[in-house]
Amino acid sequence: MSETTTKLLPKDEAAEKGLVNVQIDGNWIQVPKGTRMIEACKIAEKEVPHYCYHPKLTSPGNCRMCLVQMGMPPRPAPGADPVYGDNGYQEIGWMPRPVIACANTVGENMGIRTTGDLVEKTREGVMEFLLINHPLDCPICDQAGECSLQEFSVEHGRGQSRFVEDKVKKPKNVDIGPRINLDDERCIMCSRCIRFMDEVADDAVLGFSERGTHTTVTCHPDRRLDSNYGMNTIDLCPVGALTSKDFRFQMRVWFLKETNSIDVNCGTGCNTTVWTRGSQIYRVTPRRNNDVNSDWMPDSHRLAFHETQGDNRLTDPMIKVDGKHEITDWNTALQASADALREFQPSEIAIIASARQTNEELFLTKGLAGALETAHIATVERIGEADGKLISSDRNPNSNGAKIILGETVNTLNTIKDGLNNGSIKALVVLNEDIFEAAGFAHDDLAGAELVISSHIIANKTAQASDIFLPGASFAEKRGSMINTTGRLQRLNQALQPSGNAKEDWELIRDLILAITGEANDMYMIEDVLKIITSSISEFNGVTFSKIGDQGIKIIETGVTIPLLTKERERANAGIIVG
Amino acid sequence: MSDIKYLPGKEPHPREHRLIFKNIDREGWNPSIDCYMADGGYNQLKKAVTMEPNAITNEVKSSGLRGRGGAGFPTGVKWGFIPPGNTKPVYLICNCDESEPGTFKDRYIVHQDPHQLIEGMVISAFAVGAHTAFIYMREEFPEAAIIMEQAIEEAREKGFVGKNILGKGFDLEIWVHRGAAAYICGEETGLIESLEGKRPYPRIKPPYFPAALGLYMAPTIVNNVESLCHVKHILEMGGEEYAKLGVDRNTGTRILCVSGDVKNPGYFEIQVGKMTMRELLYDVCGGPKEGKEFKAVIPGGSSSKILRCDETFKIGRGEDAKDLDFWDIQLDFDTLAACGSMAGSGGVIVLDNSRKMSWVLNNINHFYAHESCGQCTPCREGSTWMKKISDRIVAGKAAPEDIKTLEEVAYQIDGKTVCAFGEASSWPVEAIIDKYRDELTAETSENNERLSKEQLQREIYLGKS
Amino acid sequence: MSQEILENNVASEPSPGEQHFPLFEVSEDIIALADDRISHYPESKLSAVLPLIHIVQHKHGFVSKEAITWIADKLEIEPMKVVSVVTFYPGFRQSAPGKFHYRVCRTLSCAMAGSYELMDQICEITNIDRSKLTHHHPIVVSPCGNYSVEFAECLASCGTAPVCLVNDDFHENIKPENAQDLINKYQP
Repeated sequence: MSETTTKLLPKDEAAEKGLVNVQIDGNWIQVPKGTRMIEACKIAEKEVPHYCYHPKLTSPGNCRMCLVQMGMPPRPAPGADPVYGDNGYQEIGWMPRPVIACANTVGENMGIRTTGDLVEKTREGVMEFLLINHPLDCPICDQAGECSLQEFSVEHGRGQSRFVEDKVKKPKNVDIGPRINLDDERCIMCSRCIRFMDEVADDAVLGFSERGTHTTVTCHPDRRLDSNYGMNTIDLCPVGALTSKDFRFQMRVWFLKETNSIDVNCGTGCNTTVWTRGSQIYRVTPRRNNDVNSDWMPDSHRLAFHETQGDNRLTDPMIKVDGKHEITDWNTALQASADALREFQPSEIAIIASARQTNEELFLTKGLAGALETAHIATVERIGEADGKLISSDRNPNSNGAKIILGETVNTLNTIKDGLNNGSIKALVVLNEDIFEAAGFAHDDLAGAELVISSHIIANKTAQASDIFLPGASFAEKRGSMINTTGRLQRLNQALQPSGNAKEDWELIRDLILAITGEANDMYMIEDVLKIITSSISEFNGVTFSKIGDQGIKIIETGVTIPLLTKERERANAGIIVG
Repeated sequence: MSDIKYLPGKEPHPREHRLIFKNIDREGWNPSIDCYMADGGYNQLKKAVTMEPNAITNEVKSSGLRGRGGAGFPTGVKWGFIPPGNTKPVYLICNCDESEPGTFKDRYIVHQDPHQLIEGMVISAFAVGAHTAFIYMREEFPEAAIIMEQAIEEAREKGFVGKNILGKGFDLEIWVHRGAAAYICGEETGLIESLEGKRPYPRIKPPYFPAALGLYMAPTIVNNVESLCHVKHILEMGGEEYAKLGVDRNTGTRILCVSGDVKNPGYFEIQVGKMTMRELLYDVCGGPKEGKEFKAVIPGGSSSKILRCDETFKIGRGEDAKDLDFWDIQLDFDTLAACGSMAGSGGVIVLDNSRKMSWVLNNINHFYAHESCGQCTPCREGSTWMKKISDRIVAGKAAPEDIKTLEEVAYQIDGKTVCAFGEASSWPVEAIIDKYRDELTAETSENNERLSKEQLQREIYLGKS
Repeated sequence: MSQEILENNVASEPSPGEQHFPLFEVSEDIIALADDRISHYPESKLSAVLPLIHIVQHKHGFVSKEAITWIADKLEIEPMKVVSVVTFYPGFRQSAPGKFHYRVCRTLSCAMAGSYELMDQICEITNIDRSKLTHHHPIVVSPCGNYSVEFAECLASCGTAPVCLVNDDFHENIKPENAQDLINKYQP
């Protein structure tokens, strides 16, 4: 006893920090009390294969793939004290039966074995069961290459089949939703999709029908998996049962390059992975950020990338000659822009910038206004309906950036419109916006404009009305930073080279300034722009692209919360999910 | 007891000790409350409501009553698992899903003596502090559902159920909830899910131990019909007196349901452990049918491991180890467990030498393949796989290696599933192969074509699979 | 094709037994019965899904697509929740049985006592062909629509095997050779 008073036991040391000691495959680590065993193993860098478990969903423990061996110290006889070894730990008595790591939580002095005969035999058995009725149609399955069934089969499977019976037949190629296809024979009944639709999407259209070996994921014939969050079930599906109609049969995933980025379709800025090959985006999927979008994103935003690679994409600078756009080179286009703008008094020039621009682009836009000495600079508000989950009512991805860098600019838009109509404004530079669609301009509003220069990626009406058009880069073709509704600074990464002759927008604006002023500057890389921003705008103090990283950093407090996250945190605090 | 007369041909065997089944097949008996009360019915409830709830729980604890549904868990201990300081409502559920093949005791209680169950339930609800109780009645007892609801109404009229029971300020509603013919609803968490209106997928334990997180995530006590009836008798006799029935750690009486190849099948209420296999099968059940010999016994419902009648078991460890002949097995929880099987639900299925083990195995496999809920992988896939293999064995389309595969599949299920169904479906296979390997292997041949078309033909008989 | 697959979840196979059951309709008595059952579960209406299906099936013989929709609306739940329950439990039917529905116990003790043979006898007498069963439709109805058969799992009367439920009536010790007597008890 004297020893325990002089030297703390590991359990007491851990308890002081709210931790417990867990032995995982022979090594002791400390993890927070109440940690699920599977998460503790992750901390110990031991992979526990699993299908049904997902930290953001409830744990039914149905796949049985995460079975591990668990041990606890033997309960001391009544009246006896626990016995501690030389290392300060109690001896672990191992249970003869495996337990699921996904739903059980760790306790002090617990042992977990993720290897060994029992665990390996168990995994082999579960793997075999999962495969006996599986069609094994990997050669034509979209999931191939990112299929947990394949992966764990390689690691834990038997290698050969001894199942000689007829396989169970189930529906194939089911049109379960407008964007999703279902193959029930591939399904392993993990119920992730059902739980997601129930617990996160609040649209419980999916369920199991039949039972036993005939259990089938399906929906009522009058309902479809058409929720705007439905496609998250595709990402969740550990096998090829739910596949994206958009991505089906388009490309093998192992040919695709993954680039971490963010969604630019609303102020939330869902974190994404952009999957590309050559000059094409094949799909966009959500990427976990527990301060932004959890693991999810809305379908409408996920599929929005198609706009950037449609037939109406413009990738060459153009100058209007005799009412017709003619392709030209960058030097000519920029010089022509500068020359044309010089024809006007500063007060006759207006810039319509965009809260869709990155901070770097916005900062350079402000520089452009300075070079043109105009005070007329506006951005366009985009308000939609918030969906109570991830979609913000602010459909601009960088309103906070625009506010910080340009100041309040929304009201300027009407001033510009008035100026155009009363003839006081004659030249218009439009960056990343379509003034007709979003800003509510009519063609008559431009009747008095003598010069329109615009930059965009597609042939919108503003581009058509422009005297000079400068092709910019899509969200996937450029780098830059944006601030989401909650004040989090996030990073767009370049997944593709700008299409054709298009230029990254920040370069485009820099070059335009250069053409106007003729003064060289030191902005060779986008980092150079950010560096100037950080030294001139206090909110950006100390920021670098690498500090923003893949998860972003909160730089301002806006008081805005993301409803889906609020709900998720409540569930995590209640212990319903890991979070 | 001596003045009780039973219907001709239904008299209890002299070796029986009838508590629960006292009124079953009783002459002049009917399920009405008047009949029940004329026999001293509800007197124990009247006593109970004057007691401290804890005192009742303590009586049940000291009685040593072990659950009669299958697992044999001490009932009083189960009640004690309700978290102290609980503020949620507490629910009591009577598990009347009686669905373990070979078991047919609850049927008689709910059809002939519903008030015994109600009295047991009201006392139990009072003890655990439940104000809502459900009787989960299996769908195959349509008449019992009506009888039970009628009985509850009668009890309500007399003030034994409903608001302010016996004027003591205790409220209890009892509702009959009918199942829909699913074996898995006998599993208590599956039952709870079913009562919540969902597919009866058993819950993982931990964390969902019903006594803490049961129906509507509130503390819930699920007890078997017979267990709840015993509560009344425990109160009547006193826990310690009750504990004198039966043997050590296996107290009270229990109803053994004997079916299959015996002269006189039926139900027999005996003191737990106070009867041997020999006495049951020969003395009480009259021995094997004419010209037959006993071959094997499934002692506790179809999921319990089969025992060969010519087996000898090693009981105990080390120096205390001794041999126990099959015929000398005492019918109690611990002895049967020591023999590698279990007392389970008390359903004793007897097989004689005319039975082919492959056929028996296939029948059992078919049951479990049909009843697997399909929630978790090993059971969903494994139970049907086992059935498909045994289909081929009985069809003469199996090779010797199929026996090995079948056995390995069983062990791949055993202990790996969400609920005890995994064991229920794999134990019979493990035991039958272990004990009748030669007999099964003799039905296979290396030359057999293992993909059989006749398998499909057999579907005619195998029904929904 | 997909619509058809999904319709199968709620579709009722045409059955000669239909003539014996009124088409599903939302009648006053069914609403009253439903409301009474719902009142037993103040904590959660969802709990009433089994009772409501029983009510519908008892009166209309089976659970049609319309009935599923009505139950879902009544309980304010997704119709899929009703489908997943209806298709899980063998006690629920999605197409009409015969006027007299025979549920013969198939499990061990009854099988040992001859329940397969009993089933054969019943089928022969009632002209029922069980060869085209599926797991989704485990019931076969006689061409005349008066009889239907189904194997049930353990009816919990193993001591009096073989046993059989005819509609809600329970019959014990039905030897295969007495099948005709049993059928004679139920004259259309």
